[in-house]
Amino acid sequence: MTDQTPAPSRRSLLSMIGVVAGSAAMYHAMTELGYAEGSTFTGPIKLSQPPPGTSVLILGAGVAGMVAALELRDAGYKVQLLEYNGRPGGRNWSLYGGDTYTELGGFTQTVGFDPGQYINPGPWRLPYHHQGILHYVNRLGVALEPFTQVNFNAYVHSTDAFGGKPKRYREVQADMHGHVAELLAKSTRQGALNKAVTKQDREILLAALKNWGALNANYEYAKGLESSNRRGYEVDPGGGLNSVPVPSEPMAMSDLLKSSLWAAIGAGCNYEMQSSIFQPKGGMGMIGKAFGKELGPLIQYNSKVIDIHQDEKGVTATYIDSRTGGEKRTATADWCVCTIPASVLSQIPMNVGDPMKAAINQLPYQAALKVGLQMKRRFWEQDDKIYGGHTYTNQPNSIIGYPMWDYFSKGKGVLLGAYVFGEPAFIAAAKPPEERVKDAVEYGSKIHPQYKQEFETGVAVAWHRVPFTLGCAGAWTDAGRAEHYDNLCALDGRIILAGEHASRIPAWQEGAVTSALDAITRLHKRVMSA
Amino acid sequence: MGKTMQKHLFAAIALFSLAVPALADTAAPAPPPRPNARGGKFPMQGGQAIYEGVCQGCHMPGAVGAVGAGAYPALASNSKLEVAGYPVGVIMNGQKAMPALGPYFSDAQIADVVNYIRTHFGNTYTDKVTPAEIKMMR
Repeated sequence: MTDQTPAPSRRSLLSMIGVVAGSAAMYHAMTELGYAEGSTFTGPIKLSQPPPGTSVLILGAGVAGMVAALELRDAGYKVQLLEYNGRPGGRNWSLYGGDTYTELGGFTQTVGFDPGQYINPGPWRLPYHHQGILHYVNRLGVALEPFTQVNFNAYVHSTDAFGGKPKRYREVQADMHGHVAELLAKSTRQGALNKAVTKQDREILLAALKNWGALNANYEYAKGLESSNRRGYEVDPGGGLNSVPVPSEPMAMSDLLKSSLWAAIGAGCNYEMQSSIFQPKGGMGMIGKAFGKELGPLIQYNSKVIDIHQDEKGVTATYIDSRTGGEKRTATADWCVCTIPASVLSQIPMNVGDPMKAAINQLPYQAALKVGLQMKRRFWEQDDKIYGGHTYTNQPNSIIGYPMWDYFSKGKGVLLGAYVFGEPAFIAAAKPPEERVKDAVEYGSKIHPQYKQEFETGVAVAWHRVPFTLGCAGAWTDAGRAEHYDNLCALDGRIILAGEHASRIPAWQEGAVTSALDAITRLHKRVMSA
Repeated sequence: MGKTMQKHLFAAIALFSLAVPALADTAAPAPPPRPNARGGKFPMQGGQAIYEGVCQGCHMPGAVGAVGAGAYPALASNSKLEVAGYPVGVIMNGQKAMPALGPYFSDAQIADVVNYIRTHFGNTYTDKVTPAEIKMMR
């Protein structure tokens, strides 16, 4: 083809995408181009029978630890778990009315939600392609319901745009796509893209742009039924007399560009955000509870590990009661699967080699904040016609999540009032919980003025203050991963690590599941070759 | 793309870098601290405001530290603060569970907060670090 400029290499294309759109978009592009994978789960594992009496000590009864325990137990291993908390699940966790949560520093919150209301401080979504965690959800009989990531009728908001008045997601997306399509159509028709697009493809491109951007017959994105069919009408069509739809006025391109609101409309494009997504009915913590029930007495709760020692015979963990301290006790096994977060494990004496030690020591955990706000009535549904999904804002709360259960209920509802990483999450952690809640109410009221009237009670979890993790998830850097990741995952004598931090799906439960399955598969191979 | 527009574009991306879910919302490795509405920097000025606005999230009010499954060390009466370079290095580069906070702070902010913790909470190390020294350590 003579009329084409040289195509950019995949690598330069990726770096361009990375610069303009951030790493989330780049990851998306990498997935599209076949560089990255969602999950390595290919089906239930089947481990052969180990030598009778072979034992494995599992440290941590979160998702990774309990997946390892379940499979090793089923294969015939003698399994014991030690868990810091008084419940199973780890970061798989829901807070319900009546629950008490004490964060580091002794700040205690008693959750004031009504029965049936809850917040997931940690993971809250199960993407359809996370087949590993979904396998265990199904095996354990945990009921699922749909989770809506993108709600076209929810808001996109910036304090600096349109007088601080929020726009509907559909308006922003339709107008952005429409204006871009019109520009590209104009360029195509004026011949500006002749070098990049063959003559034959030009007509196809124009048809595609018209379709994608909802352009009219003149290839314009303009006020009319075409654009309103995407962005919504001034007056919707109806039945009977006086039912003629009235088109709405698109935002001017310049206003939209300057508003920055377009930056939020990629929300549902990432692989992990694409429909279908699920959530367990009654809270994400249902998964941890189901695992805990299945494993029963194999889990020893309230056990704080203070030393891990291996020798030629086995592995011994020394632990104390996490509530009362007290006398040291020990648990011993032939092998150890350690799922303790690196942020905690780096502080526990453990005789592993320098490469694993260095890998553990270089991994701090992310700052993150979630706030749950109970409202007296579901005004977002009743007044704003928003049923589930999320509103995005440039304020430090970042997101408002609408409850994705009990739609149309006349009762109360709990909003996710903030979901934040990075600098605002550090700042929130430094405040008392009640101030974090107050802030979230303040930010939310800029979008939903009803907040002030309807707010009842809230709870705030700042992950750097969570006693069992000291942060929300392993904060890998590219350089750190290149240097240390393989060493973190490698079997060291009789000890192998697992968890989301030992995965390439950080912070997702699927990372914990696939990491645990990979770890026990390698461990089992080692056992069988001994 | 003109320089003004470029500047505008990046400011816009920065504005919503949190709204376009980052970190745990993506399977991508966690990037270094990202810019946001405030350019990814902590806004507080002065040692006390920085300590109370950021550091006490982990090291706690009164710098008494905290103990859970792991621990946050107390900075109160902590002899490791004797040499200023130690807290400066830990703040900038991180250490174990402590994230590298260098990118979130200006040189002056790091100097201010180090000088503050070294002269408060029972610490009496009165020699000061300067922003210029912080800059050299970056």
